[in-house]
Amino acid sequence: MEVLVRIKRFNPEKDEAPYWAEYKVQAQPSDRVLDLLNHIKWNIDGTLSYRRSCAHGICGSDAVVINGVNRLACRELVKNVGSRIEIEPIRGLPVIKDLIVDMEPFFAGYKAIHPFLIADDPPADGKERRQSPAERARFDDTTKCILCAACTTSCPIFWTNDVYVGPAAIVNAHRFIFDSRDRGASIRLDVLNSQAGVWR
Amino acid sequence: MATPNPGTGIRYAGRPRPTQSNFELYSWLFMRVSGVVLWILVLGHLLIMHVLNSVRDIDYAFVENRWANPLWRIWDWTMLILALIHGLNGVRLMSDDYLRKRKHRVIATILIYVAAFAFILIGSITILMFRSPTGM
Ligand code: SF4
Repeated sequence: MEVLVRIKRFNPEKDEAPYWAEYKVQAQPSDRVLDLLNHIKWNIDGTLSYRRSCAHGICGSDAVVINGVNRLACRELVKNVGSRIEIEPIRGLPVIKDLIVDMEPFFAGYKAIHPFLIADDPPADGKERRQSPAERARFDDTTKCILCAACTTSCPIFWTNDVYVGPAAIVNAHRFIFDSRDRGASIRLDVLNSQAGVWR
Repeated sequence: MATPNPGTGIRYAGRPRPTQSNFELYSWLFMRVSGVVLWILVLGHLLIMHVLNSVRDIDYAFVENRWANPLWRIWDWTMLILALIHGLNGVRLMSDDYLRKRKHRVIATILIYVAAFAFILIGSITILMFRSPTGM
């Protein structure tokens, strides 16, 4: 099938403002949007810039806005998006080039919740901190965040408010607060309880 | 729960250090509770002033008569206070959410506090200090 791919491109060294570039591409319905980007970069216009690494929904590099919805380009199939595909950089973060954004403001919210195990007390048996499967299951869901920023950059408050921690930070705070080995809950809860936190 | 101090290495990545205050928590709770209470107060008010009584019958004497009963004064005053704080707190949250510059947020917050203070004062004086000239 023929797919019309419109990509919001921007090269700060050349362009005054972002513009839409159009590419006509032959694709299989089972192709992923990332395959289209690769095809364009490798065969049509090598200057197109975007992030991708694992290409299998693990690394969290290729979150983009596809037809208005935040998605991972490596997980979105052409047959689910249609024959006209608009791709933009995720919103609320400064665009570095084309689909590449500066992720630092996103990671600032993540760092604020102290995303590391805080356990300064010695382990009960002096060797290791044991955890039962049930205790591990409690925060299993939130261990799966790949920090793609799709959630946080879809939030209008994050677009305008420069200190709001954003949903990804809340997810990652949960990951440690509900970890039976962690002793840093009050530090994390203070952040979530502040004006930049969850009460919005 | 006792939290060991993980040392002075704590960084908030250039963000404001969280205060220990529960203000935002109470603000959040207040919005929920006052919302429910306002439902009852405002619908009751609408019922009395616009359904059971025709607007044409509502005049100075009507209000004077109504306010002779402390219950209605407390009703009206509670409605005024809750509606003002609920509404202006909502504006405060929206300005926090959507004003980009910190300076603008500070100015908006100051204006909101001044407005809240002024309207609460004027409204309270009107409702609570009202003395019926006819002595009703
Ligand atoms: S929680 Fe947010 S940042 Fe984490 S994987 Fe999900 S969408 Fe991506």
